[in-house]
Amino acid sequence: MEITLSILLVFMIVGAVYALFAKDLLSALISCGIVGYGLVICFLLLKAPDLAIVQIVVETITLVIMVAVILDSTRKDLKENIVIREKGIPFINARYVFNVLTVVVLTLFFLFFFNQAIDRLEPLGQHVTRMATGYIENAAEKTGSANLVTGIIFDFRGYDTLGEATILFTAVMGVLTILRLKGRKEQVNGE
Amino acid sequence: MSPIVKKVTQLVSGIIFLYGIYIILHGHLTPGGGFAGGAILAGSFILLVLAFGSDVLRLRTKEEGSSLTESLAILAFVLMATMAMLLGTKIFFSNFLPKGHIGELISAGVIPLYNIAVGIEVAAALFTIFLALVIYKEEITK
Amino acid sequence: MIVYILCFILFLVGLFGILTSRNIIKIVIGLSFMEFSVYLFLVLIGYIDNGQAPILSDNIAAAKYVDPLPQAMVLTAIVIGLATKAMLLTMAIRIYKKFNTFDIRKVTSLKG
Repeated sequence: MEITLSILLVFMIVGAVYALFAKDLLSALISCGIVGYGLVICFLLLKAPDLAIVQIVVETITLVIMVAVILDSTRKDLKENIVIREKGIPFINARYVFNVLTVVVLTLFFLFFFNQAIDRLEPLGQHVTRMATGYIENAAEKTGSANLVTGIIFDFRGYDTLGEATILFTAVMGVLTILRLKGRKEQVNGE
Repeated sequence: MSPIVKKVTQLVSGIIFLYGIYIILHGHLTPGGGFAGGAILAGSFILLVLAFGSDVLRLRTKEEGSSLTESLAILAFVLMATMAMLLGTKIFFSNFLPKGHIGELISAGVIPLYNIAVGIEVAAALFTIFLALVIYKEEITK
Repeated sequence: MIVYILCFILFLVGLFGILTSRNIIKIVIGLSFMEFSVYLFLVLIGYIDNGQAPILSDNIAAAKYVDPLPQAMVLTAIVIGLATKAMLLTMAIRIYKKFNTFDIRKVTSLKG
């Protein structure tokens, strides 16, 4: 189990690194799809079919939206060489050193907390359910739902779903506001 | 798009729509639920718009309709949670309808109703975002 | 244990992409890699060896189920991630209209 997951994750990491260093935006998006669909297989192996269904549809819609955003720009970015030369020898200029230093410092920062967290985790597959024990035992008589995940989302933890719906609504309002070309007053006067 | 693409879209999008409805209605029995089913419904609408296209005016009326649908769905969600407080055991989000037997289609109290509301909301939200992008690009090129 | 470390490496790849790339679309892609690694980490914590998927059935009397709580949390997080990603992309497309590029080094109207 662990070996299969490790092979899949290495595959996903290779796809991620390629996406960050690709010369073309379209190929970067397609390698982003490698990571997303690899995640679907990981969810299926980890016995989470709900997540697999949601992730495979959401990934497809995300790719469609992203391609719609970049479609008329990608060809021009290919032709125009956007590498602006910094002054000084390559790889020793100030900006590059600053970037690498930031990455190293943040990596060490996260590594410290990862090291702290990894001591308290059980090895993969030997998890002991603490909070979910009550949910699993009482789900049958309290919610009556055969799918435990749906029972938790809509009954035991309904507030989370309410927050999620609010965030989705706010994001849609934000998108409509940002993408409006004419103000309402101009529209009345102009046309 | 070519006539082949249009014909295949006509044949397929109805089946995708039906599959989304199935996923939403059986959310408390099988894997799936409101989120997955709503995303599938949005996918079938997006497929139709991509294959057939439309002029900006008609897309704009569609956008207003889907935005209104989203608002109504979230309102229904909050109203159901408030109804639970009035009718049931004075708890927000309590399950006040009879539970029934596990494994039947009509069971689990209010959970299928929540599933339907959230499914409509997710589908309308994703479709509105997509339509806003399409209208924006059409207006830019004009 | 090695799966957790690989998950962390995927997180670091996304962080590297956010900090060093100059293209807005690549920054969004790096952000989505970080999101994916966090989802995978949460689901990995709840996995139990030989556990069943968390769906009750009459055939198996007392089966061991995978922890359903992280799955429920990740399910809402995926949809929220899609909404925020769409918001970021619309900002990117407005920037493209105003400055005619996705390169953030050329977006310098507030400089100085």
